[in-house]
This record gives sequence, structure tokens and C-alpha cells, in this order.
Amino acid sequence: MMREVQLAIIGGGPAGLAAAIAARESGVQDIVIIERDRELGGILNQCIHAGFGLHTFGEELTGPEYAARFIAQVRALEIPCLLDTMVLDLSEDRVLTVTSRKEGLQQIKAGAVILAMGCRERPRGALNIPGFRCAGVWSAGTAQRLVNMEGMMPGREVVILGSGDIGLIMARRMTMEGAKVKAVAEVLPYSGGLKRNIVQCLEDFDIPLLLSHTVVDIHGKKRLEGVTLAQVDENRAPIAGTEQYIPCDTLLLSVGLLPENELSSSAGVSLSPITGGPVVGDDLATSIDGVFACGNVLHVHDLVDFVSQEAKQAGESAARYLQQHTQIGQRTELRAVNGVRYTVPQHIDLAHMGEEVTVRMRVGQPYRRAAICVYADGTLLRRLPKLVLAPGEMERVTLRRDQIPAGTKEITFCIEEGETK
Amino acid sequence: MSERILTCIGCPMGCMLTAVLENGTVTSVSGNTCRRGDDYARKECVAPERTVTGTVRVANGSAPVISVRTASPIPKDKVMEAARVMASTAVSAPISAGDTVIANLAGTGVALIATRGCEAR
Ligand SMILES: Cc1cc2nc3c(=O)[nH]c(=O)nc-3n(C[C@H](O)[C@H](O)[C@H](O)COP(=O)(O)OP(=O)(O)OC[C@H]3O[C@@H](n4cnc5c(N)ncnc54)[C@H](O)[C@@H]3O)c2cc1C
Ligand code: SF4
Repeated sequence: MMREVQLAIIGGGPAGLAAAIAARESGVQDIVIIERDRELGGILNQCIHAGFGLHTFGEELTGPEYAARFIAQVRALEIPCLLDTMVLDLSEDRVLTVTSRKEGLQQIKAGAVILAMGCRERPRGALNIPGFRCAGVWSAGTAQRLVNMEGMMPGREVVILGSGDIGLIMARRMTMEGAKVKAVAEVLPYSGGLKRNIVQCLEDFDIPLLLSHTVVDIHGKKRLEGVTLAQVDENRAPIAGTEQYIPCDTLLLSVGLLPENELSSSAGVSLSPITGGPVVGDDLATSIDGVFACGNVLHVHDLVDFVSQEAKQAGESAARYLQQHTQIGQRTELRAVNGVRYTVPQHIDLAHMGEEVTVRMRVGQPYRRAAICVYADGTLLRRLPKLVLAPGEMERVTLRRDQIPAGTKEITFCIEEGETK
Repeated sequence: MSERILTCIGCPMGCMLTAVLENGTVTSVSGNTCRRGDDYARKECVAPERTVTGTVRVANGSAPVISVRTASPIPKDKVMEAARVMASTAVSAPISAGDTVIANLAGTGVALIATRGCEAR
């Protein structure tokens, strides 16, 4: 007999935990969290540095401490969790095929599903580095797990490619474990990481940050012996004559994250080519009835606080769906143009949405003294002046329902440069 | 009189700050867009502090290491010494999140505490 459950949550990271808590608090009794790892907490377990929860708890916690607060709530609410259990398949009518060593293969039919599978690191194939086989090349996240959870050091002399926050954090971590980090190379003319991390992870330890630089060659047969770095032009093409050889035994790649959506796409959930995550409405519902998404599986977040907020909303929406099978009304499309790369959600339903909706977005390049402008069918709705906008920082705009004219077909979000008014 | 140039970490603006120092005290700060930049430069030039996180080994634990942090920020020039002390420290399981691992880390008077627990093997 197939097991039935009201709400199945796939993934026990911060998104899955906050969604479960919110759904229970909104009255859903029968919930199960399914997590493939042997413990809850997701990626936070390996993020042992401080800097989480400033927005949620008003204090700076480490990743495991932030996760522990949510895990304690899940325990207190007695929400069942299937650990060491991997979801292999999700069907359009919300049947989950799961496997675990203890129970083997089983199927679970869910009234509603919340996708909270997080993200994975961009594979090295995406890097454009000619074929290499030597040991010593790691993704920064894998190295983070090795050092922080397994207590193992990947190497002693390190070059890091990519200056996103994970790369910066690992530069400091490896240095403090006694390694020599020789350089962090970034192909773009700016770093995607937080200023705070550039100062406290690189400058504090005199680690050079080489902007507009990339790895053009990898040396070594069995084990990495060194890399060749070169400066790049505006088109990211290496400039001849700028090559420099740096001996090292370890290369860490921190070249971006991709939402983990194999399950979603095989279920037929429509995905956005820009975020890599599901296309969702104001209630974070995907294109499949009763399936919701939140956290890094929806779009990559840099602050866990925003993951928790988004997940709370997904949990509440799933509860509402289970209780009243919400009607679908007229769709108002949200469109990202001129400098805004994407918005989440991608559409809203003016007749059924709540009092307000938080629209999350990212810009495609850094701006100084610009404004995020919101137009409803061509009429200016809001103009939010910003001193700085950076691709690494997610922006949020809250729209109240009563601000949006009834019958609006399309709301556009764009960046306008020039002096702020 | 001397000058120090630093990047404010208060927000993504990352203002370039110039602090003027006389006899070890900051007499003026420029380049900041708001108050926080001024405060940051004064603190950072005179008594910079950092919260330190890392791992220590666990003997007979279900995991090889546990993560730790300083209970409060410590002077920046003590960071590498603290790292060396942590590298040569081992605790024995069981241990719980919040437990004190070292009462006085590298002579700073600040405690090193566990940020996650570990059961005995
Ligand atoms: C390396 C790294 C460093 C970061 N540093 C910071 C920081 O300093 N400060 C900050 O605020 N934020 C930071 N973030 C961002 C923040 O921590 C993440 O955005 C947040 O953890 C994402 O939560 P999540 O629940 O969406 O994903 P995750 O934490 O990745 O959780 C997803 C969970 O789903 C499980 N799962 C996936 N697929 C399946 C399946 N098929 N079946 C069962 N389970 C499955 C996974 O095992 C995992 O436990 C960092 C993120 C990363 C990746
Ligand atoms: S001085 Fe103010 S505006 Fe400038 S970076 Fe610091 S906090 Fe931001």
C-alpha cells in the first residue's frame, strides 16, 4: 500500500526546516521532511564561520548554530523526518519515490510538496580549462566540507579561482589551518563577494586578489604542481604576455552555484533559464499543482536569513493550498528588463495574493547611485534609489496589493542610472 | 602624524576611508558616506578585533572534528596564534554545542566554545 502524507518537504536544510515549521504553525498536522544526509541542517553544517542570522536573530551565528535553532523548533513541534533517505523521483501527481538503506524503495503520495533541495556547485567542465587529470583540483565547497567536517586538509599551497564568498571564506580557512594561499583570481573586473569578506578573509592575511585574471593552464601529471594565470580583456579572453606561473599543490574552484533541479525537471516543473530554478507565482507555487519551491533550489541566495523568510512563505502557501485548494485567477507577469536579471516570483495573481508580495531580484552588473524602478503596464509605480547595487547582493522590493491597479497585465522592474532624486 | 587607508565593511558601498593618526589615536576620518564608516575606522585603526572560528579534533567522537568559535571578538593580532592553539587542541567526546573548549584562548581572556556537539563513538 502506498504511504500517504499531507505535505512532503524534500530537503532538510534551512529552507526545508523553516517551511515545515511554518506549515505546522498554519495548521498542517501530517508533514514529513525527507533528507538524504544523515543529519538535518543542509549546507549550514559545513559553514562554520560566523555571519548568519544577523537579520533573523539580531546576532551573528555560525552556520551550525543557526541550523540548530530551527532543528530545535522542528523537534519541539514533533515534525517527522526521514533521514538518510533520498528522493529519486517526483511525479506530476505528487508521488515521491524514495530510497533508504533501512527501508529500501518506497512510494509516498503527497497532498502537497515543497521543493527545498538547495543547490550544487557549478562543475569544472563549465570552466573552459583544457583537459587535466591531476589530483589537487577541488571545488571550494567540497574543500570546505573536507576541512570543516572531516578534519582533512586538501593541500598546503593553494590558488583559488573565483572570488565569490565561498572562495573568500576558504582562503581564510586554509590560511588559518597553516596553508599558504598564494592568490585568488577573479575573471571579472570586480568581486562577487561581500566587502566584509574581502577585508577579513583576504586583506587581513595579505592574500592578493587578482581581478580580471583567470587560470589558463594547469600543470602536473599525478598531482597538481602549479597553475598559469593570465590577465583577461573585456571579453574575458586571456591577454598574451601576461601569463604568470604559480607553483601550488591545490586549486580551489569557486565559480558559482546552480539550483539542484533534476527532480523538478523530470516531474515537468517549468524552470527559468536565468535562475535555473522553478518559475513561481506570488505564493511560490510552481507550474505543477500543489508543488511549491523555496531556498536555493528556487534561486541562489547569499543570506540564509532570506532563505528562511522565503521558506516560511512557501510553508504558509502549501498550508493554504491544502486547506482550500486556492483558485487560480488572472496572471500578472513580472518582467525583468534593463539591468535587472530576474525576479522571483515571475508572476502574481492580483485577485488571490496576500496584502503584499516580496519580489526578490538580482542586477547583472554593479551600479552606483541608481534606482530600481517598477512600472505597471508602463506607469511608474515605485522608484527606489540605491547608493549601490551589486550582482552579489539580492535586492528585494515589497509591493502592496492596493498599490497595483486592478487589471494590470505586466509589471516591469528595471534599473535607471543617474542622480537619485 | 600618519595616514591609513582602509575599506569600510559596514555596507556594500565599501567606501575608501582615510584615517589620520596622531600618537596612536585617530584625529580625523574622511571618505566615509555615513557615521558607521567613521566609527569603523576609529576602531579598526586603534584596536581591531575579529571573531575567530575553526575546528578542533575530537578523540573517540562520532565525528573527527567539531566546529568552535571565540565567545567574543579577540584582538586581530592574536588571530594566527589562536589558530595555532586550536590546531594543537583535542577534546574528548561527548561534547555539546555551547561547551567551553578552552577557557582562555591564547592569553586573550576570551573563551573558545563549541558550536556543535559530538557524541562518543
Ligand atoms: C558554501 C556556502 C557558503 C555560504 N555562506 C553563507 C554565509 O556566510 N552567510 C549566509 O547568510 N549564507 C551563506 N550561504 C547561503 C545559505 O547558507 C544558503 O543559501 C542556505 O543554506 C540554503 O538553504 P537551502 O535549504 O535552500 O539549501 P541547503 O542548505 O543546500 O539544503 C538542501 C538540503 O536538501 C537535501 N537534498 C537535496 N536533494 C535531495 C533529494 N533528492 N532527496 C533528499 N534530500 C535532498 C540536501 O542534502 C540538503 O540537506 C552559503 C551557501 C553555501 C553553498
Ligand atoms: S561609510 Fe557608511 S556608506 Fe560607506 S561603506 Fe561604510 S557603512 Fe557603507
